[in-house]
Amino acid sequence: MAADAATCPCAQVPDAKLMERLDAVLKEYKGKPGALIPVLQQAQGIFGYLPEAALHRVAEAMNKPYSEVAGVVGFYAFFSTQPRGKHVIRVCMGTACYVRGGKKVLEALRQKLKVDVGQTTPDTLFSLEVARCFGACGLAPTISIDNDVYKRVRPAKIGEILDAYYPKAAQGGKAHGKR
Amino acid sequence: MPTLTVDNVKVSVPDGTTILDAARSIGVKIPTLCFLEGYAPQGACRVCLVEVEGARTLVASCSMPAAEGMQVRTNTRRVREARRTVVELILSDHDGDCQTCNRSGDCELQELARDLGITEITHVGEKHRRTLDATTPALVRDTAKCIACRRCVSVCNHLQSIGGIFPQKRGFQTVIGPAFGQGLDTVTCVQCGQCAAVCPVGALGERDQIAEVWAALENPKKHVVVQTAPAIRAALGECFGYPPGTLVTGKMVSALRRLGFNAVFDTNFAADLTIMEEGTELLVRLKKALVAKEKVALPMFTSCSPGWIKYMEYFYPDLLPNLSTCKSPQQMFGALAKTYYAQKIGKKAEDVFVVSVMPCTAKKFEAQREEMNASGARDVDVVLTTRELGRMIKQAGIDFAALPDDRMDSPLGLSSGAADIFANTGGVMEAALRTAYEIVTGRPLPAENLHIKPIAGLDGVKEAALTITGTLPEWSFLEGVTARVAVAHGLSNARKLTEQVRAGQAPYHFIEIMTCPGGCIGGGGQPRITTNAVRTARIAAIYREDEGKKLRKSHENPEIKQIYAEFLGKPLGEKSHHLLHTHYTPRKRN
Repeated sequence: MAADAATCPCAQVPDAKLMERLDAVLKEYKGKPGALIPVLQQAQGIFGYLPEAALHRVAEAMNKPYSEVAGVVGFYAFFSTQPRGKHVIRVCMGTACYVRGGKKVLEALRQKLKVDVGQTTPDTLFSLEVARCFGACGLAPTISIDNDVYKRVRPAKIGEILDAYYPKAAQGGKAHGKR
Repeated sequence: MPTLTVDNVKVSVPDGTTILDAARSIGVKIPTLCFLEGYAPQGACRVCLVEVEGARTLVASCSMPAAEGMQVRTNTRRVREARRTVVELILSDHDGDCQTCNRSGDCELQELARDLGITEITHVGEKHRRTLDATTPALVRDTAKCIACRRCVSVCNHLQSIGGIFPQKRGFQTVIGPAFGQGLDTVTCVQCGQCAAVCPVGALGERDQIAEVWAALENPKKHVVVQTAPAIRAALGECFGYPPGTLVTGKMVSALRRLGFNAVFDTNFAADLTIMEEGTELLVRLKKALVAKEKVALPMFTSCSPGWIKYMEYFYPDLLPNLSTCKSPQQMFGALAKTYYAQKIGKKAEDVFVVSVMPCTAKKFEAQREEMNASGARDVDVVLTTRELGRMIKQAGIDFAALPDDRMDSPLGLSSGAADIFANTGGVMEAALRTAYEIVTGRPLPAENLHIKPIAGLDGVKEAALTITGTLPEWSFLEGVTARVAVAHGLSNARKLTEQVRAGQAPYHFIEIMTCPGGCIGGGGQPRITTNAVRTARIAAIYREDEGKKLRKSHENPEIKQIYAEFLGKPLGEKSHHLLHTHYTPRKRN
């Protein structure tokens, strides 16, 4: 594709080391049926997102059309083709969370982080995403940050939850929160 | 054998038959949109809903197997209203500019809306953004017209094993296309146009080049000639309401003359020439292998089908030496029209304008390949599909049905029956064997009516074997050799053979591949929609054309003898090498 590393800021040449790790995953799954989604999950774990070069490598190694791989990546909200922040916040928009105020939680996060769904904060600390049900409907509304799930989240308490994720030295987060 | 009742009519069907097929077998027409003969049902469009007694909801008849005692009703108020709602919802997100759409009058959605009695747009809401993908020479995609039926995805993946297009994203955001919303030029699209051939609406079609032909015809400095591929004469009639399989050769020539072409020629002539060149090439390869014990690329593959060529360049670059170096008949014709014919009429190559009419979209791509300028100019200037020629004739106000029969011009217009059958799967092979066998033995091919039965018909991969005896002295090295040939159509079938060849396990000497199912008669540029019944009817017409000719073998064509005597010298000679043969380039898969 036309994206030129010199002109397009989003085109990051993936580290050769990371590519080696991806190759190891591809080797492990070689010939196994239904391997595309687990491979993509692991690839996202390796790179933090799914860069174009990694997707081409997956398509080639698994002998699948690139358009099919891209179709799967585009179908699932879990996959991202954009570099993401250090911490990924997912707001549950499943039915239970939605009716118990998930939308307000999302709005509060948007205001606080000043980013939209699918975007990353300029300091690359947080990415904001929505999810469809964590299987914790009794605790609605829920959000997850990385692998931790927060239950019965109230919009007013968002700042408190996020504080734990700001680096200790930089207190920018707090100042931001009081605005 | 379940027995069910459809609209109060009892019908017994084999196990696994869908309600849709059961209904069709007794003349009950259930409308469909995403359904495509020969493929697993999608159940995506919900137009084929029917009522099944005892079922909680309406069911999609295309994917529901018939069961014993089932009571099906296809024409109740509930069914009619549900189907209407389904189509109204599709229309709510469809660019409805029917008057300016090239599918108008030939659009399955338009027909469906009319049949269901929809007279107004009832739902107004958000619509898909239009992305016009004109990144390739042959095909144009219009996402605003796409109804996401996925027929094109089925043929691109299963029939052709290309996988250029898939559903991208999800829900309302779904776009059928290449990865990440890019153009067809970013994927391994071979331009075969089978996606366009099955599109029910105007979302996929050929690049319309009619205006370029009108401009050439109006340019007094240009001598404009036209060539028509073998498959056109058996399909063009469908654009004017004739049933599939109607031969319209004579009317087609008349129509082309009335459009204003300076000369009307036949790609068939170049097909006969292809047999001379390709047949000789095969015999030379065999001689090298059997007599000189040289290492030569065998089996040899035919090279007439430009989608197949591009496919080989992408997926089997290691097998490119196995492809015949012969250009396709279209390109041979172009090179000769701008040299041999141009000299005859005292014109320069650049003053002759060559228009092709092809059943094919990939031919548009082939004509603009960099190396296709052996005459010193672009050998073929514009390629029109059968559909475009149909539209052009209508634009000119020609009453096709009322046209008298006319004949092709000389010296590039005479052809044998062997050239006609280039149009269908197995035909190039049969034509080649009719000539090669006779060259080697001096006797005609020992087959009833010159037809090789095992390689005819619609099976995906076919093969035949023929033991050669009684050879002429020059060909004694072939005495007792059993010639083995294979034929495949549809690239997923071709792939079975290329995999065998790559593994060194193919026992064949010569393999014919056609990109499209049924061969060129089922090409991506033919009138829509092509079912197996249509293919069979068109093939029967082509055989009628072949059998109706006195000349049945390429080497007997007097115009072919003449061009070798006057201009080319001999097959594989220096002039042939320059004008009629080509080379291939590996392509990067992206």
